[in-house]
Amino acid sequence: MSDKKQPKLVVIITESVIETTLLTDLEVLGVKGFTISDVRGRGHRGTRAGEWGIDGNIRIEIVCGESLSDQILAFLEQKYYDNYAMITYCSDVSVIRPEKFLG
Amino acid sequence: MDPIILFFLLGLIAALLRSELRLPPAIYEFLSVLLLLTIGLKGGVELATQPMSTLLPQMVAVIVMGFVLPLLSFPLLLKLGRFKRADAASLAAHYGSVSVGTFAVAVAYLGHQQIEYESHMPLFVVLLEVPAIIVGIILAKGITRETNWKALAHETFLGKSIVLLLGGLLIGWAVGPSGVEPLSGLFFNTFKGVLALFLLEMGLITAQHVSSLRKYGIPLILFGLGLPLASACIGALLGNLLGLSVGGTTVLATLAASASYIAVPAAIRTAVPEANPALSLAASLGITFPFNVLVGIPLYHRLALQISGTPL
Repeated sequence: MSDKKQPKLVVIITESVIETTLLTDLEVLGVKGFTISDVRGRGHRGTRAGEWGIDGNIRIEIVCGESLSDQILAFLEQKYYDNYAMITYCSDVSVIRPEKFLG
Repeated sequence: MDPIILFFLLGLIAALLRSELRLPPAIYEFLSVLLLLTIGLKGGVELATQPMSTLLPQMVAVIVMGFVLPLLSFPLLLKLGRFKRADAASLAAHYGSVSVGTFAVAVAYLGHQQIEYESHMPLFVVLLEVPAIIVGIILAKGITRETNWKALAHETFLGKSIVLLLGGLLIGWAVGPSGVEPLSGLFFNTFKGVLALFLLEMGLITAQHVSSLRKYGIPLILFGLGLPLASACIGALLGNLLGLSVGGTTVLATLAASASYIAVPAAIRTAVPEANPALSLAASLGITFPFNVLVGIPLYHRLALQISGTPL
């Protein structure tokens, strides 16, 4: 399997307040599907307890091809990293029906 | 003392002592939905009985106050407080807008003291929510193309609190007193109980922000106490000028003094990302909300009495 055929899992953990803007951006980049969950945690911007609107966190999971995952990571770093609590990570994943995600 | 205040103190003390107590987020959401709809419905029912000719000048004056308050506090925050431009604008927006929770406590206070007030006050809550957000964003960024005004308008005018308050107002206005009567079991009779639970949760939330105050130091604390006091004077003067009753003047002073902690943080977070959200929330939730609830409202009542010339 060549490198380009390897599906990637991109995980974004960030503030729930920017969910709408972020999803619009991801759609423009070409993301077709994702899963979002409400999460809690702590980082250098303090405890994000997720107890009410403004201090909630979300985790967005995207399975896609490598070039798109690179684009997503570069874009997020440039647009959001300075001012928002955000971490992203990316890993190789095995999926059933890889062609669904590599389109 | 009104028992609901004790619930606030219970939450505050429990959280400061690091109790495990917390309400599930969905419950807090539900309580705030109930409060917003109840306040809207109550106001709407009364709105139907008021002639437009008395309402309209009051509405215009209140909107003007919503624009003026942040314009007055911004230079103070910038020059005296030495806050960064974005933070000063964000704080000005928070303090120019209103807190529905504080409004609910003021209404409960007046009820407890058996003081009459104009029942169309919820309309003022709706009117005061938005102007400060617009002013705050312009103060932070100027009028630039960079700001996506369309998305922002969508977020501010269709935010949860505006939709529920305005929706409640319109429903109450449309169906009148007899129409809302069958709903009174859920909405009106439970108001104090719902408010008590809501304040318990607010106490827990406030405690989190009190502990972050140390990071920001004395200037923020001084502004968190000074801005509501100054704004309350403007609100009380305006109330008196508009010919409101002592109760109504108290509510308008409280609205002017209160600082937003839901609508404004969300809007400013997206529109002015470089402003520090923890700073504004520490001020509005860590200082101003507890101050208004515990000390401010009775104080604004005295202020309203004084201005109206009623002997204390």
